[in-house]
Amino acid sequence: MADPEIKSYEPHHESQSAAVTESRPVRITLTTVTLVFLGIFLLLPLIIVFKEAFAKGVGAYFQSLGDADTRSAIRLTLLVAAISVPLNLVFGLSAAWAIAKFEFKGKAFLTTLIDLPFSVSPVISGLVYVLLFGAQGLLGEWLNAHGIQILFAVPGIVLATVFVTFPFVARELIPLMQEQGNGDEEAALSLGANGWQAFWYVTLPNIKWGLLYGVLLCNARAMGEFGAVSVVSGHIRGLTNTMPLHVEILYNEYNAVGAFAVASLLAGLALVTLVLKTLLEMRYGPEIAATRGH
Amino acid sequence: MEVRVVNVRKEFERFPALHDVSLDIKSGELIALLGPSGSGKTTLLRLIAGLERPTKGAIFFGEEDASQKSIQERNVGFVFQHYALFRHMTVADNIGFGLKVRHGAARPRAQEIRRRALELLDLVQLSGLEKRYPAQLSGGQRQRVALARAMAIEPKVLLLDEPFGALDAQVRRELRRWLREIHDRTGHTTVFVTHDQEEALELADRVVVMSQGRIEQVGTADDIYDTPNSPFVYSFIGESSSLPVKVENGEVWIADRPIGLEAPHAPTGEAVLYFRPHDVDLLDGCSGCIAGTVAASRRVAGTRRVELEIGGERQRVEIELPIDHPAAQKSRVAFRPRRWKLFPTA
Repeated sequence: MADPEIKSYEPHHESQSAAVTESRPVRITLTTVTLVFLGIFLLLPLIIVFKEAFAKGVGAYFQSLGDADTRSAIRLTLLVAAISVPLNLVFGLSAAWAIAKFEFKGKAFLTTLIDLPFSVSPVISGLVYVLLFGAQGLLGEWLNAHGIQILFAVPGIVLATVFVTFPFVARELIPLMQEQGNGDEEAALSLGANGWQAFWYVTLPNIKWGLLYGVLLCNARAMGEFGAVSVVSGHIRGLTNTMPLHVEILYNEYNAVGAFAVASLLAGLALVTLVLKTLLEMRYGPEIAATRGH
Repeated sequence: MEVRVVNVRKEFERFPALHDVSLDIKSGELIALLGPSGSGKTTLLRLIAGLERPTKGAIFFGEEDASQKSIQERNVGFVFQHYALFRHMTVADNIGFGLKVRHGAARPRAQEIRRRALELLDLVQLSGLEKRYPAQLSGGQRQRVALARAMAIEPKVLLLDEPFGALDAQVRRELRRWLREIHDRTGHTTVFVTHDQEEALELADRVVVMSQGRIEQVGTADDIYDTPNSPFVYSFIGESSSLPVKVENGEVWIADRPIGLEAPHAPTGEAVLYFRPHDVDLLDGCSGCIAGTVAASRRVAGTRRVELEIGGERQRVEIELPIDHPAAQKSRVAFRPRRWKLFPTA
């Protein structure tokens, strides 16, 4: 019974694979549509950014980057990323660990909460902090009385950025850790390792590519975040302007070269992220493929 | 190391996985926990290891109460069902892991760890593979590495969870023999979990048969097979046939006829008669026997299985006949179990 079935299966299989291959004109059309779309919406803007940035020559480009306010914006963006990315690395790791390795009540709810920053508009995220820490806000009076400035200062920008970029690390790690289960950790413990050794020698190597990937995305977003940061920053030049905010200000002042020069840095960051991501995927493809949540 | 499990109960979220289980494991013994899935055998193994804590009861390693000790303190070698080898470490690093994570003076020098790893690799007959990664090994090889890794910490007890579960039949049989050899050579007290009775009966000194969170019977392969102490063990181990019967005046009856089996100590009343299909005497005439109409007959390897319908209720039982036995051609067959057991119907 089994034999004829197998025999009849193989030609069927071949005809099926022929059936899913589109005819030549269709293939060409699909490819063209995709390429045109990518060209118009991705490649062209990228080219324009660099073209505009260098519109008045290399000298003007570097001169506008050397501007004090611009340098301050770059420093602030780097500072915010340097604080919020490590924080979210730790938060994301803890959240993923809790969700993947333990059973507890409200786990589904926690998983939904982690996705919240993705589903809420960044502007709303920023407004929440205004309502919380603002002069008329819930904690505003108390903070004011104690001389603590959160809104329109670096702490507010960091808080908003941490909130918006929280899901990246956690969402990379949760499916990966769930798939890997507890087996390796139990093995390490049974061999005499303590909790820290089990984490360091076994868990971390198992998740390092997913972790790196999450950190990369988290960093890109932390440096590029506009909405939430715009609400809490107060746009004080040289003080609370991050790079994306600074781009907007320069552009509104008709300083195209300045705006696009800063934009080119952000675009460069995106490109570097992409290249790193691609390199990681090429080198550790199968490992990373299993970790991809989106 | 002798291991005693004393009145252990384990609940998961109030759902009992083990009810009041007690078990004595002798030093140097190779013991099998055998049962269907959900019988609690893996839970018992994990309790002994310290991967779970008992809800009630205690576990002793020798004279010492190990119940409250962590898995690290218990010093057990645990081989996981899917091996749980560290995929980013070479075979040698996997085996040496347990020594590497030791602290202070207990931690051997790197060179010594490597020497021990190679020695163990030799013991499990995988010399030359020390630089491979787990992904580059076959299932059977991974199993051996997992065992070598567990033995590297010089465990008091070796615990194996379905050690051959994920392997194909040929490799299983080979590894079974090999595990027995290793056990005889190293003398570790060894407990392994299996749902494969052939594996348990062939490999273990003693077999612990479990069902629904309880131990049904503990004994050697012969004990378990020849004198099962419950209907569960009778039907779970080996082939068995059963018939509803009645006991009256120390005799076994089916419907209104005695079948020629004396049961002087059995309580009067309803009971179930268990016997092995191959352990029967075929009879010509029938005065005091079980007789039935042949309902089906099929050849199984070197014997013939005959399914009989017995009595007015058409109860079906199976018996085994030699392939060339004349009774196989008849439409009615009479027999009497040679070895059998009665379990009163509760």
